[in-house]
Amino acid sequence: MTLGSTVVSSVRALGRNPTRALLTTLGIVIGIGAVITMMEIGNGSAAAMKQNLESMGANTLVVIPGTPRMPGGVSQGQGSAVSLTPDDCEAIRRDCLNISAVAPVVNAAGLQFVFAGNNWTPRQVVGSTPEYFEIRNWQVETGRLFTQEEVESRARVCVIGSSLVKEVFGGENPVGTTIRLRNVSFTVVGVLKTKGANMMGMDEDDVVVAPWTTIRLRITGLKSGSATNTTSSASTSPSALYPGTGVAFFPEQAENLETDTLLVPRFTQVDQIMVSAIRPEQVGAAQMEMTVLLRDRHKLGPDDDNDFWVRNTAEFMATLSSTTTLMSNLLLVVALISLIVGGVGIMNIMLVSVTERTREIGLRMAVGARSRDILQQFLTESIILCAIGGIVGILLGHGAALMVNIHLKWPIESSPAVVAAAFLVSASVGIIFGFYPAWKASRLDPIEALRYE
Amino acid sequence: MELIELENICKSYRIGEMSVPVLKNISIRIGRGEYVALMGASGSGKSTLMNILGCLDRPTSGKYYLEGEEVGSLDGDSRAKIRNRKIGFVFQSFNLLPRTSALDNVIMPLAYTNASLSGREAKARAVEILKRVGLADRMDHHPSQLSGGQQQRVAIARALVNRPPVLFADEPTGNLDSKTSVEVMKMFEELNGEGITIILVTHSAEVARCAKRTIQIRDGEIIRGIFGQEEEAS
Repeated sequence: MTLGSTVVSSVRALGRNPTRALLTTLGIVIGIGAVITMMEIGNGSAAAMKQNLESMGANTLVVIPGTPRMPGGVSQGQGSAVSLTPDDCEAIRRDCLNISAVAPVVNAAGLQFVFAGNNWTPRQVVGSTPEYFEIRNWQVETGRLFTQEEVESRARVCVIGSSLVKEVFGGENPVGTTIRLRNVSFTVVGVLKTKGANMMGMDEDDVVVAPWTTIRLRITGLKSGSATNTTSSASTSPSALYPGTGVAFFPEQAENLETDTLLVPRFTQVDQIMVSAIRPEQVGAAQMEMTVLLRDRHKLGPDDDNDFWVRNTAEFMATLSSTTTLMSNLLLVVALISLIVGGVGIMNIMLVSVTERTREIGLRMAVGARSRDILQQFLTESIILCAIGGIVGILLGHGAALMVNIHLKWPIESSPAVVAAAFLVSASVGIIFGFYPAWKASRLDPIEALRYE
Repeated sequence: MELIELENICKSYRIGEMSVPVLKNISIRIGRGEYVALMGASGSGKSTLMNILGCLDRPTSGKYYLEGEEVGSLDGDSRAKIRNRKIGFVFQSFNLLPRTSALDNVIMPLAYTNASLSGREAKARAVEILKRVGLADRMDHHPSQLSGGQQQRVAIARALVNRPPVLFADEPTGNLDSKTSVEVMKMFEELNGEGITIILVTHSAEVARCAKRTIQIRDGEIIRGIFGQEEEAS
């Protein structure tokens, strides 16, 4: 019997009992429909989550100074070395292929922010360049960001987070006002968009960002530390040149000192370098490139440990992917259960159908059908039932997902791979659960079958 | 060469440890164009003989030649092929596919024929045969829309669609009233006139009288009609 005539006769056989065929496939329709709906919603939320994480900087890398060991093995703690310079930053920008933006970062914390009669201690005072905002995916709400020129001219400008607007300015527009940070006056040029709490639950909007040169040279001064690798000739301790906290009392003096000293531009140290990879997948490559480059620049021998750390947000990605994997595995289990239930329904009805059509089977055998033809016919019937159920289920599931999308505004994402898999699975259910009834039909004895009442 | 030759056919069924003989050493010849009635009480073994003749069952021992080919020892698939090409069946209860047109019922056996017959050729052949049994105007009717006699004629058309040399009819009039029975028996007579061998299983003497030769079977043995009419006459 040819495949074509088998399909035709199977469709006819099913058509003789349309209501039963419909009810039989209902299990598959519901199973596949539920799977498709859940997959689309699940994929949609995974994609939305990934997008959120990326906007929080999933492709961000941070280079921090390493942990120096004092003679005698006393560690001074991670990040305490003075090993990163703005030149490192420029070198990364120039030589690394997998990055899209680089920004030096200078941290200052515990500074009092004063405006009129109000004061507040921001959680973070950050000195950086305009690229910092690009890396952190942070837009300005009102006013503007500071510019590269302002960084170069150490301008006393800053942008502030929205929490400060609320706490210090009572919600008034602060753009254009002058504030003081440890007695250095700054002009507020912009307010950043609200970012909310970060992964650790800390308020990201409780922040002041100013040009790093301004923060470094007018407020914090240079860190003292073991800057042994950076320059060999500059034996003068930076803290001797810039007595850290003294600057606060005599800012003008610091400025004079800086202009008078030729060492300064060559020996300015930054606390971190923030880098963003072009795409999240390139984080690893960027990390590698920077490690090689910085080891070279810091003249480290093959046996020396790195005098810096490169941190990435891979943990975010790992968490994300483990969450989505868990979710899709759970969905898979649900799908499997519903399809087994649907398949048992198919098997049940096919067995009833085989019993009911015993005489037909006997007749077909009497007129020349071989066992194989009978097997083929009943198997084809159950596959057709399941495949149709699968198609209807896919359409209904997609429709349900669309309804959820329209009415509940949940993000959905349909993928052809899932649709194809759902179809194949439903057809396989047809084969697996249709085989036993079909086999039973093919084993019938034509004499008995013809006599069956 | 005779159409059908049975040599010492035995058939026994096993019931537990016991072996119950149903057919005992049956030897018989049926020539081309014969019209034979196979008679016997129920339990006499006539159905078993019919099943063996129709290649639905295999004899326990003995040889069965159909058109010179030994078919008694063939496997299931080969017997299916023989049934498809050389044998037509007509049953007491018609056994038509429900909710399927008369035409499609007649075409059905052609689906199992290896000879590649296109859909159109198959249909043409079925239409031709339906005309021959006088149902040209009932081809699109479903079995439930046909009378018993018409249904049996559809079944006859189905049995003939592959042009078999021999037609087996198992109580073909058992479910019919006397008027339609006559109709059907006339049909058989006509077909026999066209050269088709007909073997008819019945317990009705009236029906058996239509046949040219009667084989009577009792307790697994042939008690009458073992030789053809000519031989008996001589």
